[in-house]
Amino acid sequence: MLNPDLVGRTFTSADSVTVTKEAIQKFAEVVGETNFEIAPPTFSISITLDQSQNLLQDSGLDWTRVVHGEQKFELLRPIVPGDVFVCSSTIESARNVAGNEIVTVRSDLHSGSELIVSTWSTLVVRA
Amino acid sequence: MSQLIAGQEIAAKVFVINRALLISYANASGDQNPIHQDEDFAKSVGLPDVIAHGMLTMALAGKYLSDISGAAAVMEFSAKFIKPVVVPADTDVELVLSGKVTEVVEGKAKIELLATCNGVKVLGVAKGLIKT
Repeated sequence: MLNPDLVGRTFTSADSVTVTKEAIQKFAEVVGETNFEIAPPTFSISITLDQSQNLLQDSGLDWTRVVHGEQKFELLRPIVPGDVFVCSSTIESARNVAGNEIVTVRSDLHSGSELIVSTWSTLVVRA
Repeated sequence: MSQLIAGQEIAAKVFVINRALLISYANASGDQNPIHQDEDFAKSVGLPDVIAHGMLTMALAGKYLSDISGAAAVMEFSAKFIKPVVVPADTDVELVLSGKVTEVVEGKAKIELLATCNGVKVLGVAKGLIKT
């Protein structure tokens, strides 16, 4: 069970992440994309995944029972090589549906003060 | 594709998912969960076999979406993971993507996506918003 005090709290990474062309290429090649100057639409998950897992690590969730229920991306502009991002993650909601706990984590990638990408990951903790 | 109109169907495409692709995706995304690579582990947690990362299926659907007007045109993309894509050893699993333009407003097109494996829908309410 998620500690309810954590809902609404935002955690911002101390270190920034620099997007390299190599990282984009590695991700792009998996899906058959040949343009490495623009990141594929779901590329940001490779940046935000670590962050949101760290955030939830000490939250009381049983990770062995977590499945990914839903995912959403909003891209204010595409990610390109050389982008430097600070990632902040917020547990937006936690609710219980038929014994399953449903947790939504929002992660934002900022370049300076500008928001570039927002993602929402909905995780289901099976009863 | 030059112009999109509401109601337009987008040609289906087939993407192949196999164990090698799961490893490539694990390395590219950083998601090294063993349920996507280790058959014994997957079975030990009650899965029928190794399953694909939901985010790999979504990444492939993202490529389908990118192919309509370019990756830079994608503004929003969302999906639910409703069925696992089971990937047995030495097997190429076919993920079939198709799409339909549901609305075009102010230079933006809403696209509804359908993703199936062996005739079973694997993504729910998959949709994108792209610049036209």
